[in-house]
Amino acid sequence: MIPNCKETSQLLSQAQDRPLGFVERLRMRLHLAICDRCRRVSMQFDFLRAAVRHYRDGE
Amino acid sequence: MSADAGTAITPEALEAERDYLLRYASLQLRNPAQVEDAVQETLLAALEGLERFSGRSTLRTWLTGILKHKIIDHLRRSGRERPLGSDDDERTETEIVDALFAEDGHWRGFPADWGSPAKSLENSRFWKAFELCLQRLPARTARVFTMREVMEMSTDDICQELEISTTNCWVMLHRARLTLRECLEMTWFDGQPS
Repeated sequence: MIPNCKETSQLLSQAQDRPLGFVERLRMRLHLAICDRCRRVSMQFDFLRAAVRHYRDGE
Repeated sequence: MSADAGTAITPEALEAERDYLLRYASLQLRNPAQVEDAVQETLLAALEGLERFSGRSTLRTWLTGILKHKIIDHLRRSGRERPLGSDDDERTETEIVDALFAEDGHWRGFPADWGSPAKSLENSRFWKAFELCLQRLPARTARVFTMREVMEMSTDDICQELEISTTNCWVMLHRARLTLRECLEMTWFDGQPS
């Protein structure tokens, strides 16, 4: 039931592109609760989005 | 920068947005001549259509809206002349993502702790690394990624424009993020004090 890192990383990425379903969110959270690597990647994906917009807007 | 409804917009005010538009377009179009053209067309269209500027949005938002259309026109035109094709002859997008993970789905390399990455945003050397990493993305992957992140298009619109499936779009975006992540980690966050 708990997804592995690869699937979690897919969910983390898709969460930036579409609303995840309830089950998807739940599974992602279950994995993040036990995996510090994926928690890092989650923050890093957020950072990438912020960085691109920062770069675009030249702030 | 912003103008209230009824305020006359001067050519100087348009010109002042030029640098921003150039940067915006260059994230999407790799050919510098195309970047210049798209921005020039945008400023001309804006001058001709000044009365359509409602003042409800800022001048920059309005110009960016026009620029998006000009960029898509250029992408369509160059796509007809020289289709991007696929980035890799043999490896599919899925295989490239797969290669970053072990058989059991664990990370092959250990994603590092980036500390407080927001501090890097203030560092000009970080932006050099960032630009290099963006440029290293394969052309097709980069196009999907910048349509999504720079132009903030929905994946549905991107799929329609590029005639690819939604699933393929998600895989390409995932790949782009993983590749950028890895590149920044190797070229910047490795050895940065956190």
